[in-house]
Amino acid sequence: MIEIDKISKLYDGVAAVDAVSMIVETATITVIVGTSGSGKTTLLRMINRLIEPSSGEVRINGEPTGTLPKHVLRRRIGYAIQGHGLFPHHTVARNIGAVPELLRWPPEKIRARVDELLDLFSMEPAQFRDRFPGELSGGQQQRVGVARALASRPDLLLMDEPFGALDPIIRARAQQDLRRIQRALGSTIMLVTHDIEEAIHLGDRVAVMDEGRLVQHGTPAEIIRQPATEFVAEMVGGVDRPLRLLSLVPVSEIVVDGPAEGEPLDADTNLRDALSTCLWSGRDALPVVRDGVPLGRVTLDAIRARAEGPR
Amino acid sequence: MLLRAALVALLGALVLRPGWFVWAFAPFAPEGGPVIYERTTLLSLSLSHLGLVVLASGAATLVAVTLAILVTRPAGAAFRPLSRTITNVGQTFPPVAVLALAVPALGFGAGPTLVALFLYGLLPIFENAITGLSTLPPATMEAARGIGLNRWQRLLRVELPLAMPVILTGIRLSVVIALGTATIGSTVAAKTLGEVIIAGLLTNNTAYVLQGGLIVGLFAVLIYDALVQLETRLSRRLGTV
Amino acid sequence: MRMRDAGPALLAPGLLFAGLGFAALLAPFMTLAANRIVAGEGVAVWRVADPVVTLPGIVALAAGLGLGLLTAWPRVRIAGAAMGLAGLVWLLSQGATVLLDGAGQYARVSPGAGFWCLLVILALLLADALSQLSPGPLARALLLAAVVGTLALLLQSGALSQLSVMREYASRQDAFGDASLRHLGLAFGSLAVAAAIGLPLGVLCHRRETLRRALLPVLSFLQTIPSLAMFGIMIPLLGWVADTVPGAQSVGIAGIGFAPAFLALVLYSLLPVVANMLAGLQSAPPAVIEAARGMGMTDRQRLFRVELPLGLSVILAGVRIVLVQNIGLAVIAGLIGGGGFGTFVFQGLNQTATDLILLGALPTVALALSAAIVMDILVELTRPIPERTP
Repeated sequence: MIEIDKISKLYDGVAAVDAVSMIVETATITVIVGTSGSGKTTLLRMINRLIEPSSGEVRINGEPTGTLPKHVLRRRIGYAIQGHGLFPHHTVARNIGAVPELLRWPPEKIRARVDELLDLFSMEPAQFRDRFPGELSGGQQQRVGVARALASRPDLLLMDEPFGALDPIIRARAQQDLRRIQRALGSTIMLVTHDIEEAIHLGDRVAVMDEGRLVQHGTPAEIIRQPATEFVAEMVGGVDRPLRLLSLVPVSEIVVDGPAEGEPLDADTNLRDALSTCLWSGRDALPVVRDGVPLGRVTLDAIRARAEGPR
Repeated sequence: MLLRAALVALLGALVLRPGWFVWAFAPFAPEGGPVIYERTTLLSLSLSHLGLVVLASGAATLVAVTLAILVTRPAGAAFRPLSRTITNVGQTFPPVAVLALAVPALGFGAGPTLVALFLYGLLPIFENAITGLSTLPPATMEAARGIGLNRWQRLLRVELPLAMPVILTGIRLSVVIALGTATIGSTVAAKTLGEVIIAGLLTNNTAYVLQGGLIVGLFAVLIYDALVQLETRLSRRLGTV
Repeated sequence: MRMRDAGPALLAPGLLFAGLGFAALLAPFMTLAANRIVAGEGVAVWRVADPVVTLPGIVALAAGLGLGLLTAWPRVRIAGAAMGLAGLVWLLSQGATVLLDGAGQYARVSPGAGFWCLLVILALLLADALSQLSPGPLARALLLAAVVGTLALLLQSGALSQLSVMREYASRQDAFGDASLRHLGLAFGSLAVAAAIGLPLGVLCHRRETLRRALLPVLSFLQTIPSLAMFGIMIPLLGWVADTVPGAQSVGIAGIGFAPAFLALVLYSLLPVVANMLAGLQSAPPAVIEAARGMGMTDRQRLFRVELPLGLSVILAGVRIVLVQNIGLAVIAGLIGGGGFGTFVFQGLNQTATDLILLGALPTVALALSAAIVMDILVELTRPIPERTP
């Protein structure tokens, strides 16, 4: 558990981050979202003390971060950034093993960990281990960057716009991979982005920052359904809100017994995609299957009910 | 600013009124020996020194920029690798050696100095002019073609003005080297301020050495500074800084 | 348009070399003088010896220049240049013996303008052809070794010992050895000291903006001061140190000689060393530095594991600048009794003995060129990112 306790950063008397407090549960993804200049990156960089807080403290599993020497603290926290920051003169293996190397793990343990991570990120170790970052595609570089941040099994992984430099299709895949790997490893992740879509898609919890203050912190559904301020409402986008809400819910949640015509949907499909299929094929109900086994059907009315905001 | 003005004033006084500085140089002169160089006036030495530099650098600029323009046109492209080789190799030739080698070919006097200064001065200007002319922003060049400028107009109105700061940097390097090499030119009987230093070295008169060294040093520093100012002003106007 | 398709690419530089080369054949190839001081008389290339001797040489030269025209075959051009150079050496060594025969005890023969022009043209032809092949670092190192080896063999063999410059050498062998050592000591020693001071200064400048702002302008102004003035100003300065600091004289610090020359060279070297160290350290992309900091590297670890390896080639490029510059500037030391090849240059200028000037200037040029080539190879080898095809 990460506790952020009234943390502030002042530059020439102006607060870039203003008394932000929040709690991040273990094994969850918290996405900090905001416009540029909202203080989101400053907040993130205060957690591994790349920026020293002016006041307040951060506790990781109860231990205040201020008590450790900075470099020791940082070796316990994974850090992945936009544009990956891989060492261009080191091989993929040496890049991924960088933090274990700093922690003086025995070489064979580092090697095993590198191969394990490459496997996890669907990159054939034998093929990629000895390549240099310049020989990888953008998506591969980004994966190696995240693998490097995870290498020492850190208590916490900080990510600053990790997908910012990727094109939309590779970006969507990278997001899926991150979700999958986070579930598999049970990592605790704090991720900064300016993209509300990414925040809703990835976050177990979303924290919205504006002008240095934390204006709302809750589940994606809460943020969309009950925006705390004008700013949050604007951010989650007036007209798109029902659709964003639908995108959070899988079909399996509203499936009911009964028959329906046509091509079936998988139970994990989200409601926005289900709605889209209804409208495109002109049907009022769609059959739902899981692993090829029929579960029942989902109706247009039921989808509509889930999209309604508070009256 | 104040420092600059003070240095200019100091230089002026050193050249025009050397007598004022007897007290400063006297401790360095040999017992009973002359303190201030009087064989030739410092003014005439300065003028002939600067004259050599201006002449050589002017000619070098003209030739180097012309060559750079030719080599950066499509028709001259075949000469580009060669010109790069020549500039690379040429710049490893020590200026003093170029000067010394000019003597067997041309004899003593201002002639070999001028030729050595010219030849050596070509290289930095040529190199920078090529860099400047071949690294123009492609969008600007495209736009220049797009609005219908012909080749000459593009060269004169777009390429040269945009490359000017880089070319000026080359000219500055070249002038600084020329000032230094011209000083050594007095060893081959060219009339330059080096004469004062050499006379001091030959007669063990440190006062001469200091006097000559100070004047040449001040000239170099002030001219360098003036050219830097010119460059920054120019690049600021072009918005590249 | 048709011109451009076939014309320049095939002909341009080769044609230039051939044109200039044949023109140079008409210039006096060697000079014959009554003694080492007076100006010599030019001798055309076909007159330096019997046609039996000159003809093969001239043919080799002409053929070499002709092969240089074949732009499409760089290897053939290289062979042509080598053949031309061989012809040049043949003519020179044969001509020297023939011309000196019966010309008097004090007579001297020297290469003339024609020889020097042809040498430069053929060397450029060789360089141009080589740049077409763009050889790797190893090939260039072997090539340099081959050229230096050939030159050494040629000088050892005595084929050129009749030449005036070699006669000057013969009468000064010991002095030449001393001067070489002194010259190398000045150039490399000052580089070592400048590196010892400048590299840590570069690191400090990298870390502290204020120091960088204060130091760099001072160093670039130092660089601006003409060398003779700098050497001159060092004299009273070190003279004063020698007189006032106890023990300074016993370690060799004196107003004239080696010490002021050495100090002046060190001062000149500081700017390139510091500036390139700084540029090298700053060449690491900001994201890489951010990542290094974020993963918990200490300042030291970041310096040695990331910044230095990534900047090494830029830093070595600074060393190259300094080395080439110092080899040249060390000549000036000859004026203030600092020794080195400059001693011969300035003695030669004083005595108007051309060949003595050459004895100082030619080794300097050769040394500077070799140092530049070796350093270029090192710079290329230390590029941080190995170039590999994926």
